[in-house]
Amino acid sequence: MTAQQAPLADAAMPQPLLALEDVTKTFPGVVALDGVRLELHAGEVTALVGENGAGKSTLVKVLTGIYQPDGGRILLDGRPVAFRTAHHAAAAGITAIHQETVLFDDLTVAENIFIGHAPRTRFGLIDIGAMQARARELLDGIGARIDPAARLRDLGIASKHLVAIARALSIDARVVIMDEPTAALSHKEIAELYELVEQLKAQGKAILFISHKFDEVFRISDRFTVFRDGQFIAEGRTADVTEDDLVRLMVGRAVDQIFPKRPAAIGDPILTVAGYSHPTEFEDIGFSLRRGEILGFYGLVGAGRSEVMQALFGITRPAKGAVRIDGKVRVIRSPAEAIAQGIVYVPEDRGSQGAIIGLPIFQNVTLPSLARTSRHGFLRLAREFALTREYTGRLDLRAAALDQDVGTLSGGNQQKVVIAKWLATRPKVIILDEPTKGIDIGSKAAVHAFMSELAGQGLSVIMVSSEIPEVLGMSDRVIVMREGRIVAELEGEELTPETLVRHAAGISEAAG
Amino acid sequence: MLTRFLKSREAILTGVLLALLALIAIRAPEFVAPGNLANVLNDSAPLIILALGQMAVIVTRCIDLSVAANLALCGMVAAMLNAALPGVPIIAILLLVVVLGAALGSINGLLVWKLDIPPIVVTLGTMTIFRGVIFLISKGQWVNAHEMSAVFKAFPRAQILGLPVLTWCAILTAGAFLLLISRTPLGRAFFATGGNPRAAVYAGINTGRTQFAAFTLSGALAGLTGYLWVSRYAVAYVDIASGFELDVVAACVIGGVSIAGGIGSVGGAVLGALFLGTIKNALPVVNISPFWQMAISGSAILIAVAFNARANRRQGRVILKSAEHAA
Amino acid sequence: MTDTAATERHIPDRLSRPGVRLLRSWEALLLIVAVLIFTANSFASPYFLDAWNLSDATFNFTEKAMIGFAMALLIVSGEIDLSVAAIIALASTAMGAAVQAGAGTPELLAIGLGVGLLCGTFNAVFVTVLGLPSIVVTIGTMSLFRGLSSIVLGDQAYGGYPADFAWFGQGYVWWVFSVELVLFALLAVGFGALLHLTNFGRAVYAIGNNQTAALFSGIRVRRVKFLLFLMTGLMSGLAAICLTSRLGSTRPTIALGWELEVVTMVVLGGVNILGGSGTIPGVVIAAFVMGLVTFGLGLLNVPGIVMQVFIGLLLIGVIALPRLWSRIGARRR
Repeated sequence: MTAQQAPLADAAMPQPLLALEDVTKTFPGVVALDGVRLELHAGEVTALVGENGAGKSTLVKVLTGIYQPDGGRILLDGRPVAFRTAHHAAAAGITAIHQETVLFDDLTVAENIFIGHAPRTRFGLIDIGAMQARARELLDGIGARIDPAARLRDLGIASKHLVAIARALSIDARVVIMDEPTAALSHKEIAELYELVEQLKAQGKAILFISHKFDEVFRISDRFTVFRDGQFIAEGRTADVTEDDLVRLMVGRAVDQIFPKRPAAIGDPILTVAGYSHPTEFEDIGFSLRRGEILGFYGLVGAGRSEVMQALFGITRPAKGAVRIDGKVRVIRSPAEAIAQGIVYVPEDRGSQGAIIGLPIFQNVTLPSLARTSRHGFLRLAREFALTREYTGRLDLRAAALDQDVGTLSGGNQQKVVIAKWLATRPKVIILDEPTKGIDIGSKAAVHAFMSELAGQGLSVIMVSSEIPEVLGMSDRVIVMREGRIVAELEGEELTPETLVRHAAGISEAAG
Repeated sequence: MLTRFLKSREAILTGVLLALLALIAIRAPEFVAPGNLANVLNDSAPLIILALGQMAVIVTRCIDLSVAANLALCGMVAAMLNAALPGVPIIAILLLVVVLGAALGSINGLLVWKLDIPPIVVTLGTMTIFRGVIFLISKGQWVNAHEMSAVFKAFPRAQILGLPVLTWCAILTAGAFLLLISRTPLGRAFFATGGNPRAAVYAGINTGRTQFAAFTLSGALAGLTGYLWVSRYAVAYVDIASGFELDVVAACVIGGVSIAGGIGSVGGAVLGALFLGTIKNALPVVNISPFWQMAISGSAILIAVAFNARANRRQGRVILKSAEHAA
Repeated sequence: MTDTAATERHIPDRLSRPGVRLLRSWEALLLIVAVLIFTANSFASPYFLDAWNLSDATFNFTEKAMIGFAMALLIVSGEIDLSVAAIIALASTAMGAAVQAGAGTPELLAIGLGVGLLCGTFNAVFVTVLGLPSIVVTIGTMSLFRGLSSIVLGDQAYGGYPADFAWFGQGYVWWVFSVELVLFALLAVGFGALLHLTNFGRAVYAIGNNQTAALFSGIRVRRVKFLLFLMTGLMSGLAAICLTSRLGSTRPTIALGWELEVVTMVVLGGVNILGGSGTIPGVVIAAFVMGLVTFGLGLLNVPGIVMQVFIGLLLIGVIALPRLWSRIGARRR
């Protein structure tokens, strides 16, 4: 393919192998895909670029038959198709390397690669010999030296990822989707993966490549498509744009409009962390948080930010390091102790760790504060309702009644309940892990306004976020983490989308 | 290959079983004579067959507590049929009990698959219902040896190549399971469904239908065992094999089948059943009251489950690259 | 953008009046069932509507319900204890052995409750300290506890309990109100208060709904579960005292299969077997329903094993029907 300086929509362009038209997917409380389009061409790599929550993972699931779209069309060779299960998508020649490794720990490598479509003998039994031989071929093809008979449980994360890649290639596919395929790989393995992508291109396959790493996108893709907040933003030839162009398209909106961060009086350090290390998750974390400050933690998914926060909250135990609260060394062994010390954590995974969706709003809000609302261990409902009303009111919660089950609320309102729950404990430090992930714009604004108000009242906030505008708009100071370590601490003039992305992805300054 | 086997659960169990036999041999050498060991194997055959079916169910994250009641019901039907129509050939009876057992098992499977009722509730319920049905069809009467035809009683005892048919049934079931588990898509689907249901959906597996298949299989084996049991002991009544479902679950747990699903092996289930069968047979020989047996299987379950949990403790996510390479 | 500070919309505390909610509840439906069975029984048998006969009928469920209350809390928290009947057997055997050694009633009470507590602790350690699934652990301890009892008891029976020990299972507090019935009522109030009116009860619901979120909210999950297993053990010990006192002997088959009946009672009472919801009043009504069914069928000379069929059908039916109903409803839409 010669670099053809084509305009974005060229009529002379050949028919795409796979095309999405106006595809929509909604979940209760959130529109994950809002009428998006996408074209994949034979023999080309299309990079899909966007922030977290842009809708990329949902798109992958729609394309592989895990989710069914609510609207729009999927065209294969120009003909509309529907994938009701993962089988249908695979049969149509679409295969994916998923971001999370969806494999089976207790099956062998070969079984993992061929589950659902194993080679059979004449008698209809699985042909183990053929299966292992083909597994070995596939693994050799991607330069992975893994024994096909090994149990998956005994492999490291990188090897498991290579198995997932081999699994995707075991289907004779025309469309290969790679969702963050290099996240867990070493340099050498990445180089081999690039080679593989070239081979697949040469075989005329259409490749959808999803990555946060810009160097990869530029190294490997022919075209790009940008999504933002579940919407299609732009597409074009990668050769026609620069890194800065892409960052701008990705981040989009004018940053200062939405974020009402008011300057707050920043006081003395309240929380100081030094030499904080965990055997497998993070190393030598040190920072201090001051009164009235909003401290942003930026990084790619899997950089270890949540793990640091969960250790501070007493869920996991770090191996080394000291935590000082108001200058005094504290050892926190459980969430109960953290709450008693005035540290609270609003987890990222709202459904499984934050809200208790089967319980009413007021019971969620008062759960960590029961000691205060009760007398001699007996509940006092009037006090619970009063406390709930006080904090949910400040967050502009929309609900029919305070005894409504949290599960019946929209995502944004669920998040308000969770934040109200933590504020009701009257903490000194509140850690918000992706506080606006997957919630609508209106709720986002309410959460942001409230964070700002809290900081103004002298509460200290740590905000873990992967959304650049949110980090830039809300934080007084930003710490960037990569691969379990702090790689930068940015303030004032240094805080730009470009510096954040560069530090988080490990792109050298010279590249820009 | 050898080192992998030596580290496996099957190797440990084999070692434990051999140690147990050695211990028994010290006090009663006649116990380890080949002839007696063949007896032990024959006595353990029903437990082996049921444990294999139960393994399939547990591997898919379910449990079947109705197997013993299913066994008793099928056994009663076979016995009553034989008493009423002695001319019906054994092959027809075998076919009948397998189909009936499978049908009873599929009731469990349907309730779990279509209505999403927890397996423990379903099978606790069907367990009592099946027992009650036996009472209703038999009016509480026993079917005794003299009412059964000679052919009916002789079948499990018939010798082929020096081993009784009952033993052969267990061996064939184990062989069939080896093929099923490692060489058929269904066998792999059992493990996928229990090991990682979400990933199973990604691989295009219908997890509910897989669980249904496991229950049906377990039921069919319970039906088969029902006839073998009734004909071997030459008696059928409401309470035969009462409480046997616990032995079956115990055999699986001892054999390393994880109650959380996704883990288990044919060898483990067979060895677990042999372990319990050996203890049951050895107690009278070494002059320990048979009343000890229940406490011993209870302790074995607890030890095995604690041991399994330790062996299968999963690792967390590794973020630091250096840590992964060091590990 | 929304103005967050100024406008505060009013959200009422409650969606509907408590009365309305009560009418639509599972408990209300169950109560209707109980009344229907009661009416049917009184027509079916002339002996049914007699104060003393009815009082006798309560013995069908009082001991099981004592365990049922504690089991309800345990199941709401997402765990289960299948060893309760075996605990009764072991506690009763221990009391029987103590009688042979010359123990008096106070010692028997201490032994009964003590064995229950000990067994509960044993389960609790396996589940909360070692982190093992309660269903396997208690299937194991079910074998172990009953096995220990059968080692001691063999195929013999213990008897010869002191005369004043009979009061617990055979005595009456006033008129037709037996000691067991009064105990049942007191425990119903006690466990109802614990589950519905205290912080502890709230923690039980939170754990059963979402254990991780509960832990993240500062609930001491392990401690709560440990206590629940202790309570279930203790109640099994108490049930052992009542049952042994009522029967006046300890036989190997004592309370055989009761774990199933207790779980059925709890589930029939509207407790979700997967945890997270259920009420003590529901369990109380379920106890009466089961007692009435058993007693009514008994008056009609239906054998015990056939009653078991009814109980099994009841167990599956009460869970299956609502699911079937909602499925049909969903299809129509």
